[in-house]
Amino acid sequence: MASATMAAGLSGSQIGRSPPRLEAREKVTGRAEYTHNLRLPAMLHGKVFRSTVAHGRIKSIDTTAAKAVPGVYRVVTAEDVIKVIPHPYYGPAFHDQPILAIGKVHYVGEPVAVVLAEDPHVAEAAAALIVADYEELPAVYDEVEAAENKILVHDELKPAGTFADLKHLKGVKGTNIALDFQLRKGDVEKAFAAATHVFEHEFRTQKVLHLPFEPFVSIADYKSNRLTLYTASQGPSFVRIEIARLLGWPENRVRVKVPFLGGGYGGKLYIKLEALVTALSMIAKRPVKISLPMEEAFYTITRHPMTFRIKSGVDADGRITARRCEVFWNGGGYADVGPRVTQKSGFTASGPYDIENVSIDSYALYTNQPPAGALRGFGVPQLVWAYESHTDMMARALKIDPLEFRRRNITREGGRHVTGTPLKDAPVDKVLEHVAARMNWTKPLDRGNGIIKRGRGLAIAIKAVISPTTSVAIVNVNADGSTTLYCGTIDMGQGSDTAMAQMVGEILNVPAESVNVVPRDTDVTPYDMGSLGSRSLFHMGHAVKLAAEEARDKIAALARDLGLPEGTNFSVADLFQKKYGMQAGNIVGTGVYKPDYVPPQAGTGLTPNVTPFWMVSGVGAEVEVDTETGHVRITRLINVCDIGKPINPKICESQISGAATMQLGFTMFEKMHFDGGQVTNASLADYKIPGLHDLPVTFENETIDAYQSNGPFGGKGVGEVATFCVSPAIGNAIDDAVGVRLMELPLNPEAVLRALLAKQNRPIEDA
Amino acid sequence: MTTTRSIAFTLNGEQVSAQIASHHSLLEVVRNDFSLYGARESCGQGLCGCCTLIVDGRAVSGCLYLAAFADGAVVETIEYLDRDNMLDPVQEAFIEEGAFQCGFCTPGFVLMVRQLLDEHPDPDDDQIRDYLSGNLCRCGAYPEVIQAVKSAARKRRAGNPT
Repeated sequence: MASATMAAGLSGSQIGRSPPRLEAREKVTGRAEYTHNLRLPAMLHGKVFRSTVAHGRIKSIDTTAAKAVPGVYRVVTAEDVIKVIPHPYYGPAFHDQPILAIGKVHYVGEPVAVVLAEDPHVAEAAAALIVADYEELPAVYDEVEAAENKILVHDELKPAGTFADLKHLKGVKGTNIALDFQLRKGDVEKAFAAATHVFEHEFRTQKVLHLPFEPFVSIADYKSNRLTLYTASQGPSFVRIEIARLLGWPENRVRVKVPFLGGGYGGKLYIKLEALVTALSMIAKRPVKISLPMEEAFYTITRHPMTFRIKSGVDADGRITARRCEVFWNGGGYADVGPRVTQKSGFTASGPYDIENVSIDSYALYTNQPPAGALRGFGVPQLVWAYESHTDMMARALKIDPLEFRRRNITREGGRHVTGTPLKDAPVDKVLEHVAARMNWTKPLDRGNGIIKRGRGLAIAIKAVISPTTSVAIVNVNADGSTTLYCGTIDMGQGSDTAMAQMVGEILNVPAESVNVVPRDTDVTPYDMGSLGSRSLFHMGHAVKLAAEEARDKIAALARDLGLPEGTNFSVADLFQKKYGMQAGNIVGTGVYKPDYVPPQAGTGLTPNVTPFWMVSGVGAEVEVDTETGHVRITRLINVCDIGKPINPKICESQISGAATMQLGFTMFEKMHFDGGQVTNASLADYKIPGLHDLPVTFENETIDAYQSNGPFGGKGVGEVATFCVSPAIGNAIDDAVGVRLMELPLNPEAVLRALLAKQNRPIEDA
Repeated sequence: MTTTRSIAFTLNGEQVSAQIASHHSLLEVVRNDFSLYGARESCGQGLCGCCTLIVDGRAVSGCLYLAAFADGAVVETIEYLDRDNMLDPVQEAFIEEGAFQCGFCTPGFVLMVRQLLDEHPDPDDDQIRDYLSGNLCRCGAYPEVIQAVKSAARKRRAGNPT
């Protein structure tokens, strides 16, 4: 806006409004840029040949027939990779994952070889002709079995060195445990002994995956002293650092460009195809693109299946006095970010409850399954499924209303989380009461009669944003007064570009729509830890705000230098004109944000400052259960979230309903099925995700009136918060309706019917 | 090498021809030969709707539609809608209602909603769900899509020329 003036009345007008996404027109016209669409001159396509065994030593790989296919440029195995990258192991927590399998394969679907060809169909046909011979080894798939260390997935642990709490694992042999996080508060055993009631349950979650509709895709263009990656990544800064490390190069020779993402949800983090295409481009000396078909997403990254053993002691007044949590995370063949999930979610495993004595053991486990990583909630939705089902089971056993039982036990504002960190701006009670009010909890429910039975349930949860992480932003005010924002946050649909532009506009008194948010390019955009864990709006938001404020202050300083009075109505363009005698120059503001943090004490996990902000949500669900078929119809789903002050309320609302819908799939039907380590439903035909027909009859998504006191403009992250409580609220409602308790997800008709018949002493026999 | 053949068809109002192999999908042809990237392959099984193309007035899954069958057909892609730099009312409604997040599935939804409104100018919720059951959105922008359909229907009935 060339006419924007310093004293214009726009200040305070950009936050809290809901402009459409800046890129809305490009998206509805099909012209938005995605890596999926990109082609480079002389580019080759790669087709991955994958392991067919879950655990085995590679005896031989016969590529003769593949090489003979007309149009095949090259067939690449680990032997070729090692010649260009001598130590080709990567990963955010452990350097355990090879670019192509070396010596051993660790899960069905692990990349073993790649065919390169100009025509992707040729590459695909040729890859089918590769024959690999394996000496099969016993495999372990279950996380609890893996913890027994009878079958070892890796010979030795190789922590990356990035995280202090993993260093003690370096070189450790004879174990599948890639992290054993502990939290100890009070004396759990003594409290159990003194408790009036003790409850112990075990819950499990299934393996599900992200399935972004833009499948995994990366392109590498290697030149002798320069590498450019075009990739659908949620974390270009990490990609640059990790690829530079693999190449032994300084960061500034690796350039990572990321346009819009066709969805991410945590799947497109860290290294997925980037290291592979880099090696292939080095070998081929041509640009190489790998675009995975959807089937291969099932072999790339998934959510952690989990087993959670939870035990609580309750006193005569219905107060929880002790809780022991043992959580086993099924990380698959490579650690990816699993050890972070294990710790950063693990410390919230006892829930939003004020419990005097707590013991948490959270284990990251290697198994012979496809790797697991972050998926919209970083482990918290799995934990909440367990602890909120457990909460309801205790309330029912004690004949205390589930709402009332929670009221007696939640941590309230001003209290402390079990880590010892104060719960500030974490309105657990407010969210719980809002859910109860919206559910008309005090009014009796029509329970139905005949074969359809009705029930209702609720759940409440808390999550801490991962910490400590850093964001850097640059705001550039051009000579005509227009503004440009450089920030590394990836807009994968969450609307971050728009929210960040609103923040720039708020400070510099320009409409958000006029701010140019530069496409992500690590040669241009500064460091950001990654678009993950609901961290961006808070961390990058702070950096953007600081950068815009610095630019604003420099504009004011320029006006002073030019001898203009305070509050002058000269436009920014006029100031540049006056200063340089023509339309010239820039004003650049920078902002860096890293929150304060105190690492947890080893052994106890206690710290006075574990996170800069908490996320709280609650769900109320009403269901109808068909007692003849086990089919569950969700008649009402109310998701109440604390998101601080919404920067763009409409986009926030869409984030909440979208997250709840995704979690509904993970709750009701999504499940990867396995047979001997082989995924047997690796396609949308066999792995159902939510469609329009699956929405609850009444689907409400609400935020409570809140302000995050240390957040930028009172805001905080929104991407995950609506996922937490969907599963247990529905599970609790099913129990309320028909008196059966499901201990494992998904809550599909088969599971419900089996439980109903088992209750009637007519269990369905397994074939 | 694979044998190829030539097909001629109308693409977004223009007569075009392409050299194709028998295994090429129409989706590949519009993307690779004509640089029209609004339709995308996602599931590769005709289940998600991301690859939606209009062939002789009907929405088809471009990833499954063999290019050879398009010989002589009239093919339209999402890019045809704003050929005069004017948005279709459905596109306007999608923007106003915020009926998408990542945008990858959006062109397919827009094309299918147009077909719905052509056949049912004032659709009820069942008709909306029925017509859009072949369009999936992993971001879950379904409530906003329903609002956008209703808003677009109102716009079209009002004869809004944009």
